[in-house]
Amino acid sequence: MSDLLSTLLATRDWLMADGATGTNLFNMGLSSGDAPEMWNVEKPDNIRALYRGAVEAGSDIFLTNSFGANASRLKLHGAQARTHELNKIAAELGREIADAAGRPVVVAGSMGPTGEIMAPMGTLTHELAVEMFHEQAEGLKAGGVDVLWVETISAAEEFKAAAEAARLAGMPWCGTMSFDTAGRTMMGLTSAALVDLVEKLPHPPLAFGANCGVGASDLMRTVLGFVAQGTERPIIAKGNAGIPKYHDGHIHYDGTPALMAEYAVLARDAGARIIGGCCGTMPEHLRAMREALMTRPRGPRPALDTIAEKLGGFSSASDGTGDDAGGPKRERRGRRG
Amino acid sequence: MADDQEIILSELSDDELVLQMHDDLYDGLKEEIEEGVNILLGRGWTPYDVLTKALVAGMTIVGYDFRDGILFVPEVLLAANAMKAGMFILKPLLAETGAPRMGKMVIGTVKGDIHDIGKNLVAMMMEGAGFEVRDLGINNSVDKYLAALEEEQPDILGMSALLTTTMPYMKVVIDTLKEKGLREEYIVLVGGAPLNEEFGRAIGADAYCRDAAVAVETAKQFMARKHNQAAVG
Repeated sequence: MSDLLSTLLATRDWLMADGATGTNLFNMGLSSGDAPEMWNVEKPDNIRALYRGAVEAGSDIFLTNSFGANASRLKLHGAQARTHELNKIAAELGREIADAAGRPVVVAGSMGPTGEIMAPMGTLTHELAVEMFHEQAEGLKAGGVDVLWVETISAAEEFKAAAEAARLAGMPWCGTMSFDTAGRTMMGLTSAALVDLVEKLPHPPLAFGANCGVGASDLMRTVLGFVAQGTERPIIAKGNAGIPKYHDGHIHYDGTPALMAEYAVLARDAGARIIGGCCGTMPEHLRAMREALMTRPRGPRPALDTIAEKLGGFSSASDGTGDDAGGPKRERRGRRG
Repeated sequence: MADDQEIILSELSDDELVLQMHDDLYDGLKEEIEEGVNILLGRGWTPYDVLTKALVAGMTIVGYDFRDGILFVPEVLLAANAMKAGMFILKPLLAETGAPRMGKMVIGTVKGDIHDIGKNLVAMMMEGAGFEVRDLGINNSVDKYLAALEEEQPDILGMSALLTTTMPYMKVVIDTLKEKGLREEYIVLVGGAPLNEEFGRAIGADAYCRDAAVAVETAKQFMARKHNQAAVG
């Protein structure tokens, strides 16, 4: 256990991760539809500014600008041949900022979903998914990341493929899924099912959890779902800064820095060890979160109604775990053998 | 248990067979659906009745349970796949018999946006509901939408966006339709994770659809309204 993230987890009560990548880059002028990863080469100063924004706001961990840098996503921009290069540069820029921070900062190599549906429902096989994630992982490793960071995954199969890729690359990793559909992932996975999945992996992650999804309240409910399984593994909470709203041609997230500070404290009290933001979370949110985590005393594990009261209501009545799993069942005729 | 007994589709009465087909669609059993379709056709059912009473009605149940968070994407994909197998048999027969059409939709993800899982689900569920669908894929400019509308003369235009930065492009398409005096020709439905009803209204769409099941229900409602207006007019 010599990697930086393990060391920090062993010595610190909580760690703060970063906020949004996309929202920050769009504010710097990235056009919609362009691959953000191209900026690693074309506008490296903007990527440095993105990373520095998180570090200066107090993040202990930040994610590289490589979320969509897998062959399947890059193919849509005709750049699949540049997978290794774009990941390596994303990591190198991160290394540069982290090493100049004057304190230990973890560079986490972001790996987002392929965007494909996996077999047998879709066309992407396990082998191909592993190959794509492995290619990306090797690029990030060559650029010097401390840990791989798999995020926004919906399918258990894809999570497993990423875990296998991390094993092949010989890298420690973290993995989060996005619980955005009635408390489950788009593919129907519950928080309890992710805990179960993580513990069965041959190369388990250093930490696991939830990112993105539908807003801070839902994400908190998911964190409580992990905790309820009695897991000992560090939990990651990376929620969006509220819900996107449309105003005069612009989109902004309605979560204020004060709300995100509240969320950070609740996430810590719920049992999350790594706390950060996702879409809409800007440096000013991170500063408020850091300040709150440093100054506010630890409280009891929050109940669902406390979360709803402080952060707003939930998007669905249940999160799909427990006795009411799956909600009402349909009256069925005979089942086939 | 009786549940474990092999079910022989051809021995079921029409009513029982239709209910069994609803269950088989729900379970995504492709071969059973093909068999059921052929049995009903063999018993003299019109292709249109097979489509609406067995397949579309079955997919409606799938849609409701998807909407209610009981079924998720993998189950819906399997069901849509089974539905498609049934449709494959019915399609030429429907054309031959001049069966009434449910409606036609042109659908695509807007310019700058390359996400398509949600849009594909809508396309599949719309086909599952008997609609004819022309899928334009991802990254569609105004010109591409206009050309497809001209060519297909659909009832419905569906637009999808997954990014907060691409969703405003839907307004560009709608504004262009207005400029050309074409807006009233089509029912415009929009969807995508970051959207909401307020946004749909703000940009001048007919409706925002939260998910694929809602898209199908909304499309059916608008089609019914359209038919009623045609009957009155």
